[in-house]
Parts: sequence; C-alpha cells; structure tokens
Amino acid sequence: MEQKQALFNYLLRLGDNAAILGHRLSEWCGHGPELEEDIAIINTALDLLGHARSLYTYAGEVEGKGRDEDDIAYLRIEREYRNALICELPNGHYGDTIARQFLFDQFNYLLFSELVNSTDETVAAIAAKAIKEIRYHLRRSTEWTLRLGDGTEESHNRVQQSFHDVWMYTGDLFVQDESDKAVIEAGIGPDLTLLYPVWQDKVKEVLKEATLEMPENGWMQSGSKQGRHTEHFGYILSELQYMQRAYPGCEW
Amino acid sequence: MAQEKDLQKIFEEKIEKEIKIEPKDWMPDEYRKNLIRQISQHAHSEVVGMLPEGNWITRAPSLRRKVALLAKIQDEAGHGLYLYCAAETLGKDRETLVQELLSGKAKYSSIFNYPALTWADIGAIGWLVDGAAIVNQIMLQKTSYGPYSRGMIRICKEESFHQRQGYEILLTLCRGTEEQKAMAQDALNRFWWPSLMMFGPSDKDSAHSAQSMAWKIKRMGNDDLRQKFIDQTVPQANFLGLTIPDPELKWNEEKQSYDWGQIDWEEFYNVIKGNGPCNKERLAARQAAYDNGAWVREAATAYAKKKAERKTKDAA
Amino acid sequence: MERKDWPLWEVFVRSKAGLSHKHAGSLHAPDAEMAISNARDVYTRRNEGVSIWVVESKYIHSTQESDVESMFDPNEDKIYRHPTFYDIPDEVGHM
Ligand SMILES: [Fe+2]
Ligand SMILES: [Fe+2]
Repeated sequence: MEQKQALFNYLLRLGDNAAILGHRLSEWCGHGPELEEDIAIINTALDLLGHARSLYTYAGEVEGKGRDEDDIAYLRIEREYRNALICELPNGHYGDTIARQFLFDQFNYLLFSELVNSTDETVAAIAAKAIKEIRYHLRRSTEWTLRLGDGTEESHNRVQQSFHDVWMYTGDLFVQDESDKAVIEAGIGPDLTLLYPVWQDKVKEVLKEATLEMPENGWMQSGSKQGRHTEHFGYILSELQYMQRAYPGCEW
Repeated sequence: MAQEKDLQKIFEEKIEKEIKIEPKDWMPDEYRKNLIRQISQHAHSEVVGMLPEGNWITRAPSLRRKVALLAKIQDEAGHGLYLYCAAETLGKDRETLVQELLSGKAKYSSIFNYPALTWADIGAIGWLVDGAAIVNQIMLQKTSYGPYSRGMIRICKEESFHQRQGYEILLTLCRGTEEQKAMAQDALNRFWWPSLMMFGPSDKDSAHSAQSMAWKIKRMGNDDLRQKFIDQTVPQANFLGLTIPDPELKWNEEKQSYDWGQIDWEEFYNVIKGNGPCNKERLAARQAAYDNGAWVREAATAYAKKKAERKTKDAA
Repeated sequence: MERKDWPLWEVFVRSKAGLSHKHAGSLHAPDAEMAISNARDVYTRRNEGVSIWVVESKYIHSTQESDVESMFDPNEDKIYRHPTFYDIPDEVGHM
C-alpha cells in the first residue's frame, strides 16, 4: 500500500473517532444531570471536535484533492467513515456515557502519548496539543467511574451493567490492518497490540478501585476498519449530513 | 442594635448613593423577594434557552458552526449557573429554584417556547434573541444588588460573541442562494415579534416595573429598552437585505428613532400561560434531565461522603 | 434531613502568575476534586486563570454590615499611616 494512502486512512480513523464521539457528547448539551456537568461534558465535546478539525484538515492536505475539513466530515458515505464502533454507540444513561468515555479516554490517552513522538511532524504537533486535553478527559471519566461505581447501590449496579454492555466494542479499538502496518513501520503511529495489555491493566486498576468487576474478554465486535458500523451510525449521518445533503454546494 | 427604621434608612441611602447592596446587608423583604423572582426567572431562561438551539447542534452544517454553537450554548449554561448562584446569596437554594421552574410556579422568558425550525433560526436567535437579551443585560450591570450586577458584568463579556455568531450565520445565508436568503427571511418573520415581546409588557401594564425601578433593580423601563433594541436592529436588518415584518415600521426624524406597529399581547399572554408551541416540550426536557440525573447526583454525594469518612478514619 | 443536592463552593482564580487569587464566583459540586474540575470548566474557559482555589461556602466567615462602623471607620482618620503625612524636603529626592 502506498504510504500516502496509509497515512490518509490513519488520519481518517483518528479524525472520525474524535468527530463521532464529540458529536455524541454534544447530544448531552442541555440534558446533563447538573448544570456544572453540562458545561464539563460540552468542554470534552469541544476538545474532541477540535482534534477532528485538525486531523481532517491534515488528511485533506495529505490526500491532495482539495478537500477541506467539512468535505471530509460531511460528504462521505457510511462505509467510508472509519471511527471505532464504541464512539458511535448511543449515549444511553449517564453511566453508559461514562463507561464508554472512560474506556475510550484510556485508549486515546495511551495512543496520543505515543503519537506525540510520531515521525510525522504534523501528527506529532496535533498530538502534543491534544494530549493535554485528553489527559484531562481521562481524569474526569476516571473520577466519574469511581463515583458511580462506589457511589450508591443503584449507581453501582447501573454502571456495572454499562461496562458489561459496552465491553464487546472495546476490542475493535485495537484492531489493525494492512494500512496500519505501513504507518507503524514508518514510525507514524504505535503498534496497538503493544498498547492493549497496558490498557487492560489500567482499566482493571480503575474498575477495581471503583468496586466494579472487570468484564470477561469474550467475543468482540469488529468491522470499523472496513467501515462496517453499528445500526446506530446511519442515524448519526442523517442528522450530521442533513444540511449538506439537502442544500448541496452552499456556503454556511 | 439598629432599629428596623434605621436599617430601612441605611438601605435607602445606599440605593440613593448607588452603593451596591450585598448579601449580608439588611434589605426589605419585598426587595429580596423581587430580586429572587427576577434573578431566578433570568436563570431559568438561560437554561431553558439552551434547548431550542440545542436542537441544531447535531445538524449544524459545518464544523466551524458546530463548535461555535456548542460553545455559545455552553456559555448559556454558565449564565444560568452564575445567576442561580446570585439568587442563592438571597437565601433560596438552587434545588428549590429548580423545583419552582419544574412545577410551573416560576416563569422563564417566553421566547424559548418558540421552535427552532431551520438552520436560519439559529442565526435569528443569536442575532435577535441574544441581541435583545444583551440590551437588557447591559442595563442590569448597574443593578443595585451586588452579586446580580457582578454576574451581569461577567455575562455581558461572554455575550459579545453570541450575537455576532448569529448575525454571521444570517449574513452568510443572505449572501448565498435564493433558497438560503428565503430561509433567513422566514426566520426573521417568525422571530421578530417574539423578540420584541422579550422586554415584557408595556411599563404601564407591568406588575413589577415601577417598584423595580425605584429600587434600581432595573435601570430602564421595558418600553425604552424595546425601543433601543428596535433602533439598533433595523439598520442591521437593512444591511442583511431582509425585511422586518412590520408594515408600520418607519423612521421618525423628529424623535430620531423608529415608529413601529403593535405587539400581539394576546399571543404573549397565551404563550406565558402555557399555550406556546413548545412550552410542554421545554419543561418536559428539563424535568427529564432532572429526573434522569437524580441517581447520578446522589451517587456523587454518596461517594464524597464515603471518601471523607475514609479520610478521617485514616487520620485517626 | 440529609441534603441530596450538591453543596455550594466559592471559587478563587489566579489570573496570572504573580497575582493573588481573586473571587470568581460559586458553583455546586459533591467534593473538592469535582469543585476544582468544575471551576476550571466554568470559570476559566476563556483562559482566565493559571491556578484555582475552592472552598465550601459554609466555611467562609465574614464581617457583618452592623459591624462596618466599628470595624472600618476608625482607620479613616489615621492618616499618619500614609506616606504623604510626612514632610520631607524635595532636595532629599524620591523616598
Ligand atoms: Fe446568556
Ligand atoms: Fe447568549
């Protein structure tokens, strides 16, 4: 595979993760459990959307076909989006959102800690800026995991179920394909198989402190690398793309 | 110990001399009540106001617009928060205030009972609704109650991008296709009159206006504020090339301001009474957020308690 | 009855290195960690700070309005605490 294409795919993956999870989090705006929490969760959404914008812009440059961040964000068909499945799962209740967020943040933190040293200067620069924000996301979702896990009996039971429900989507975060090999060999991104055990240890540590049981590593869903999404994804696109599709070619 | 009569005198002197009243200062019960009503109503409006715009976050047509809108609505949550805190300094906690909103006892600005139907509405809300709010809030920076005044100063600083954000959306639409411009005109048609209603009934019909002015809680009457808003907004509409939906709107050279038509007060009172297009949805959304968040808030409280207990145990 | 809602905290923000913390506002939070997190999200979104203090509002003690005269007025006429009270000839230069 051509190096340029591999890098483009890689940037799409990173950008889509941030864009789609940011999109999901933004759905909480106005509906959070407390005003302070509304503000906090929107901050995370804004950070992620910021990462997505930088990554898409760079992806457009690498591709060299004149596409800007919005062309990439809005004008692809379902199979062309490459976000990990976990990012597109519905928000559910607050415990579901926290479980999804904590597992993703832990992954994202390990990943971006490596991307800071990427041989690709632009990737390294984007990561250097993003890692500070991601560190904060992880701190917040860790704290909330502890609160809900070790809070009341009700919250414990609810969030335990959330972790069980989301667990089969975690393996998909670490799946790698041909295209990733080129990226790893070029030193642009880390080998995710090396991060997986670290991720498991960290997750286990926090869940234990939260008095939660670590779900079994059973059957894992996958497919995001080929753009095979969950049923939920089409609805995200129908909202996300509504304006661009209804009024093609306009400035907004 | 000073007598109530002296305290009343000290209070009135402070109002007279433009010295701010602070939370622990003596104040007449009616002043306190009036402030709690006004500040909490203002807080509720900020929070309920997140909902119509919130509808469009996931449909925003570009990433730039999406982050701007999200940051704007986040600010409104902050405004609600500052204002609840200001109201709390008067002795009523947020929990009670929120209950009053949910039970329908407390009101919020009726503008938020109108739907945001198209993307252009997001432009119109920023331009007109935030624009009207800013006119009011600039006046309130000089309100006589310290925490309210400081809240307003902070809020006004943050508001400055809200209106520009909305106006820029409309400007882009008006410079775009015929379809886009029609969308902008339609939004103005629907939001113009409700925006004028935001300033409340005419001073002669307003239950609280005169007393609020005497106590310097409000520094300008509803009618003057409304006129100020119209005068500053009409040229902005002209620049966009949009028509304000008021056939009687006309520049009055002598007054150096605009003459304009009649507000449909029957509509205003009906929307306040609960007959607006979205009253039920707005309150239901706030109720759902409150109910669905209850176990989360309780868990956080329980965890904080456990942690504090562990700490004292470790220390012992 | 035990309170279910989160307690109130006061937030103090240091806007720049070298300046003291200044009262920024209040918020609700279940514990100090979250009060600090929330203070960061609520009061420093526009780069307003480099350091944050939080304290639960109930621990703040303050002067009373009724004490104002006895607390603060006595210092009004102690002008000998101010440098301009003392006459130094101009020839001495800046002091
Ligand atoms: Fe506001
Ligand atoms: Fe605003």
